[in-house]
Amino acid sequence: MIRDITIGQYYPSGSVLHRLDPRTKILGTVIFIISLFIGDSVLSYGIATVFLALMIKVSKVPLKFIVKGLRPIVILLVFSIGINMLFTPGDAIVSFGFLTITKQGVKLALFLGIRLVYLIIGSSLMTFTTTPTALTDGLEKLFGFLKVLKVPVHEVAMMMAIALRFIPILTEELDKIMKAQAARGADFNRGSLKEKLHGLIPILVPLFVSAIRRSNDLAMAMEARCYHGGDGRTRMKPLVYQKEDGLAYGVLIFYLLIIILVRLFLR
Amino acid sequence: MSIKLENVNYIYAQGTAYEKQALKDVTLEIQKGEFIGLAGHTGSGKSTLIQHLNGLEKATSGTITYDGQNIYDKNFDLDALRMKVGLTFQYPEYQLFEPTVFEDVCFGPKNQKLDKEEVEERAREALRLVGLSKEFYDKSPFQLSGGQKRRVAIAGVLAMNPDYLILDEPAAGLDPIGRTEILDQIKRLHEEKGIAVILVSHSMEDLANYVDRMIVMNHGEKVFDDKTKNVFAHYKELEWIGLSAPAVTYIMDELKQKGFPVSTDVIHMDDAEREILNVIKGGGQRS
Amino acid sequence: MSIIKIKDAIYEYFKRDENGEVMETVQAVAGVTIDIEQGEFVAILGHNGSGKSTLAKHLNAILKPTRGTIYVKEMDTREDRYLLDIRQTTGMVFQNPDNQIIGTVVEEDVAFGPENLGVPTKEIWDRVLKSLEAVNMTAYREQSPNKLSGGQKQRIAIAGVMAMEPECIVLDEPTAMLDPLGRKDVVEAITELNQKKKITIILITHNMDEVIGADKVYVMDHGKVVLKGTPREIFSDVETMKQYGLEVPAPTELAYRLKKAGLSIRTDILTKDELVEQLCQLN
Repeated sequence: MIRDITIGQYYPSGSVLHRLDPRTKILGTVIFIISLFIGDSVLSYGIATVFLALMIKVSKVPLKFIVKGLRPIVILLVFSIGINMLFTPGDAIVSFGFLTITKQGVKLALFLGIRLVYLIIGSSLMTFTTTPTALTDGLEKLFGFLKVLKVPVHEVAMMMAIALRFIPILTEELDKIMKAQAARGADFNRGSLKEKLHGLIPILVPLFVSAIRRSNDLAMAMEARCYHGGDGRTRMKPLVYQKEDGLAYGVLIFYLLIIILVRLFLR
Repeated sequence: MSIKLENVNYIYAQGTAYEKQALKDVTLEIQKGEFIGLAGHTGSGKSTLIQHLNGLEKATSGTITYDGQNIYDKNFDLDALRMKVGLTFQYPEYQLFEPTVFEDVCFGPKNQKLDKEEVEERAREALRLVGLSKEFYDKSPFQLSGGQKRRVAIAGVLAMNPDYLILDEPAAGLDPIGRTEILDQIKRLHEEKGIAVILVSHSMEDLANYVDRMIVMNHGEKVFDDKTKNVFAHYKELEWIGLSAPAVTYIMDELKQKGFPVSTDVIHMDDAEREILNVIKGGGQRS
Repeated sequence: MSIIKIKDAIYEYFKRDENGEVMETVQAVAGVTIDIEQGEFVAILGHNGSGKSTLAKHLNAILKPTRGTIYVKEMDTREDRYLLDIRQTTGMVFQNPDNQIIGTVVEEDVAFGPENLGVPTKEIWDRVLKSLEAVNMTAYREQSPNKLSGGQKQRIAIAGVMAMEPECIVLDEPTAMLDPLGRKDVVEAITELNQKKKITIILITHNMDEVIGADKVYVMDHGKVVLKGTPREIFSDVETMKQYGLEVPAPTELAYRLKKAGLSIRTDILTKDELVEQLCQLN
């Protein structure tokens, strides 16, 4: 179950998108998300769909893999679409008792659904094509100006990178601990809420102990490899904008302009 | 009285990019009271196999019966099975969570809904079986040495009174003294309590020294299942799959090749010593 | 020339009770003097709790001696100004393969050390490629470390140290969590580094198989060095080794037993072939 989550994973396929500067991809994702909220017509969503489809094609990440990433949000999706469909006032299409589905409701729900799905696909496309390290590097550089305000940007970025590295390890560990306690007769699904919460202790305590042990080890290993904060660090893969990034920014601005123009003039 | 697997297949992450057949058509039977070794390199399917024996993983196809009852039957009590077939994973000390050793060992029997007296009696007996005396009862498990922690974890499973005990690499990471201590302890409780033990190990020496029967896995298939001595006689095949025979077996083999009339199915140091002394002192001539 | 000089090193720590009161003082390292020559392959053997790992952590200034001194290439480990130089000179590989890999891609992890040292980008690439080559892991350069086996992860950790261009590598029980194939992998990798690149190796272990190829073995017990010599010298004293909670290779043990039973054979043997040769001479 936990293993099904593909959001945040990296999918190496060596495409042009993979080679882009992470800053380009982060800003690109932001622009795409903004465009989803600017657009409010079938035409603008059509354009967004074409743009997204193009990006998926360019990324060489299989569609199946991307769709799988949507699975964990299905409930959220169904819930918010349902609410919108049922509780938007307007011209009724069908009605069962006090529940009425309206034309406006369907439209709103549809747009909301598309926004949510595209938002998830768009941002997971970024993580599929960007290694966690590159992603944190990108964020570190983008927010680098905050250093002036004494925000520990490097430290936060390093913490993020380490968290990303250890999530799969701790997930596996969680799985193992749950099995080990199940082998001692623990049942995580039985009883009242209070009993269920109590039943988490045999899982959480070992997990925390293990996380602390690992972080101790890791801190020592990092020190042994001369880590001493961000000062004087060089990078194996420094972020330098290439020609492709210029092109990408061009495409992004062009895309955003079209969406804005559609909103302003083609309603 | 037995656990019986018939044509068991297990496909991991079916329908995804990570799909992998972890068990292929495995058929075997484990009788009550046996001492069995399970060998195979990492990824051979050993871990998956042992998790089927107590129902933690469910076979994709094939049947598993416990004392003649199909464990996948609707009205079969899987919880009860887990009590009967105790299992500890590698580095089991990482599952300890209670503030004291004694309370941690009580966790299993408590889940069995026994009354308090019975639970504590079970815990005391289990700790006695692994050789931890009263002075350890109130200690925090986190204060103990690696070997002691591991014994607490094993006691935690023993306290459920299992008929079968599966141990995944109980000696991993321990030094020679710790290894011998824990394996001797396991052997003792096998003899004293008649519990069937399934010992997963990478150490051919340990398998040679402790188990009566050996099951060898490779790429999800059972490749050997015989008396330990007989399995090690196939040391060439074992090497192909990343395993080996105990060092003494190789020594005897070399001696035989040099013309000493020694038998080559020796897996214990004691036997090797006796055999060589017989040949040399008894004036046995090289041919 | 000696690269590491340990002189009367003592490391003490306090055991505290639940209220934080000091119960007793424990000497994990109780007066150790060792000189390690450049290019040597040194093994430190000892059972768990013998102080060998604590001593190892002194060699790259993760721990500092309570009393006594440790010099790494004439640099006193107690002086903070040498810290980075010391750590660059003696790299360290730890027991748990998962807990020492920082990067999410193999090559990025190997680059972590040189990045910290401020090595220019182009040179980092050279070093990363060379280091991966040296441990035969070039094929895995762009993979996630999570998908690798334990032995492969340890080789990545070794490459990560190699990329700092150290003169000496300290390995603190690098094989304790590995299966036999992984162990062999790691031992082969470090033996090759020692022979081809003349890197000084200090291997901490309780596994006797891994030290047969060492130039020198130190056996530790209760924080002290109790035996010192070549593997052949150390192992031939089977009785003493057992007394310190250690094993000896099977051929050595068999030779020892046969000698005790009255055969006149030598016991300073290490391999199967040597034992068979001894027995052939008898007959």
